[in-house]
Formats: sequence, structure tokens, C-alpha cells
Amino acid sequence: MHIPDGFLSAPVAAAGYAASAAVLALAVKRSGQTLEERQVPLLGVTTAFVFAAQMLNFPVAMGTSGHFLGAVLAAVLLGPLNGCLVFAAVLTLQCLLFADGGLTALGANFFNMGVVGGVGGYALFRLATALLPRSRRGFLFAAALASWISVVASASACAVELALSGTVPLGLVLPAMGMVHAIIGIGEAVITVATLSVILAARPDVVGEWRGPSPVLLVGETSS
Amino acid sequence: MNRSLWIFATAGLLVALCLAVFVSPYASSAPDGLDRVAADKGFLDKVHDRTIWRHALMPDYLARGLGDGPLSTAAAGLFGTLCAFAVGCVLARLVRRPTLGVPTLGASASLPASSPEVNDLPGEGHPQ
Repeated sequence: MHIPDGFLSAPVAAAGYAASAAVLALAVKRSGQTLEERQVPLLGVTTAFVFAAQMLNFPVAMGTSGHFLGAVLAAVLLGPLNGCLVFAAVLTLQCLLFADGGLTALGANFFNMGVVGGVGGYALFRLATALLPRSRRGFLFAAALASWISVVASASACAVELALSGTVPLGLVLPAMGMVHAIIGIGEAVITVATLSVILAARPDVVGEWRGPSPVLLVGETSS
Repeated sequence: MNRSLWIFATAGLLVALCLAVFVSPYASSAPDGLDRVAADKGFLDKVHDRTIWRHALMPDYLARGLGDGPLSTAAAGLFGTLCAFAVGCVLARLVRRPTLGVPTLGASASLPASSPEVNDLPGEGHPQ
């Protein structure tokens, strides 16, 4: 859902850049304080994986394709603001090297995918993990739910921007974008859960948001 | 710990490279969600014919000079994934306040060197 040049009006594109710059400034400030040396390779590999996976368009209904977004995956692995850094890197590379997403729309694209998708999806993930049982299954279900909604929310933000730009009426574009991305979001949830499952099996310490259940159970078992 | 994380990162990078090189050439070329909606709702023609984008390095994930076949996409995927890994690592390093880390290292390195000097001074005074 990378917006090309020409779809957004100048005010909407400028607002997209302003909002994105504010979030990125916060991300750089916070990551400067909290990012650990050990997370440097993790940020690199997450950026590479999100880039590569976004190249893989899978067919959905009616001659349409969709691709993995990865915003919730990055946020769950690294935290939401580090996830923003990953998305800033991926989207800028896609825009400058591969002409994927317009240069004028880069701010809005970052806002939709990195902030609405990543930070919004992460908030939902946290809410879901708090409500669901603290187990591997609950963790993965929360990731599935959050990643599905992150794609629909990103697409909806995109639709609102297109409508604000006077490109297409909201009543036309919002249901259409929502419907297509509700299907694409299923692929998103499947890929996010599959990737997290593999990493949880191989290196659970790499998943920043993974808090258990094993340590909690171990403490309970040894004390009793 | 850190060493094995680089091993994890290398393994992850290899997976990403395999996806980009061997799978992406066979990805669906159907229009994506936004393109499809733009075509259906009649605003696809608003796309600027991106004059600047003629100069993008590999427009539409096709390496220049390799045509528009699978090989071209694979080359673009290889290049892009390696770039993404490098940019991610460099960005994380830059953001991580290098000014905080370097003086700490310098200070701890100069401590053992300076402490013998401090000890030497009273040591010289003692025999006299």
C-alpha cells in the first residue's frame, strides 16, 4: 500500500512528513537511551527481513495481490520505536532505490505503516497480551490479531489521506481499501505468527516482548 | 552473547536473502491492494509519471541492464536486502549515542595506566 506520487495533495503530504518527523525524532531520542549494543544486529536483520518479505506479493481475491507489512513483527521483536527506525530505513530504501512509494508521499507512507501499523498495532498487541493467558499460544494469538488489524488500520489511514487530498471520496475508498486489506491482513497474521514461532523456538531471548511463560513457571516450581 | 546474536542475525539475513533472490521473482505481479482500488475507483491515472523516478537505481525492483526477467528481480532483491541490513545496523549504531560509549571506554582504559603512576609517587617517597 505504498502511496505513489500524485495521490496526495500538498497539505496532506506535508502533514504526513511533519507527523513522521515528530515520531522519528522521538524514536531516535528514546532509542539513543535504550537501544542496547546487542540489538544492533537485530535491528539490521529485522530491516533486511522486512524489506525482503515485502517483495513477496501473494495473490488474494480477484486479480489482486498483497504483501507482508511486518510492522507488528518489528515492534514485537524490538519495541515500537525501534520498529519505527526499521520502517524509516525500509521505506526510504524502497522509495529512493526502487521507486516504490512516492518521494512526496514518503512521510505519509511512514505514518501509515510505521506509526499507525507499527505503534498502533503494538498498542493493540500489548492490550491483547494483557487480556489473554500468558502463554506461548496467547502471545502468538495477540500477534496474529494485532498484525491483522495493523494492515486494515494502515489501509484505512491511507484511504482517509486520499479522501482528504480530494483524490477520491471517502465513502468509495474506505470500504474498498478495508475489504482488500482485511484479506491481505490474514496473510500478514500467518507470516507474523510463523516468523515469531520460529524465532521463539530458536532464540526466545531475541523476541523483546516475550516475557514468559517459562521463567514464571520455573520460579513457581522451584519455590514450591 | 553478542557473538551468538551476530550468528542469529547472519542466519536471519540468509533467510531474507533466500526469500529476496529465489522467491521474489515468482511473487504475484497482480496489482496490490491500493493499485487495485485506484484502478477500480478511477484514480489510478493520477499517478505522476514520476520524472525523478527514471533515475531511481532499480525502478520496480528490476536491476538495470538485466531486463525484466526473474534474474533482474533476484539481483534487485539481493542488492536491496544487503542494503537494508547495512542501513539497519548503521542506523542502530548512529542512534546509540556513540559519545556516551567512547569516553567510558577511554576512561576505563586510562585507569589502570594512571593508577601505577599514582602508586609510584608515594613509593618513591618511602625509601627516602
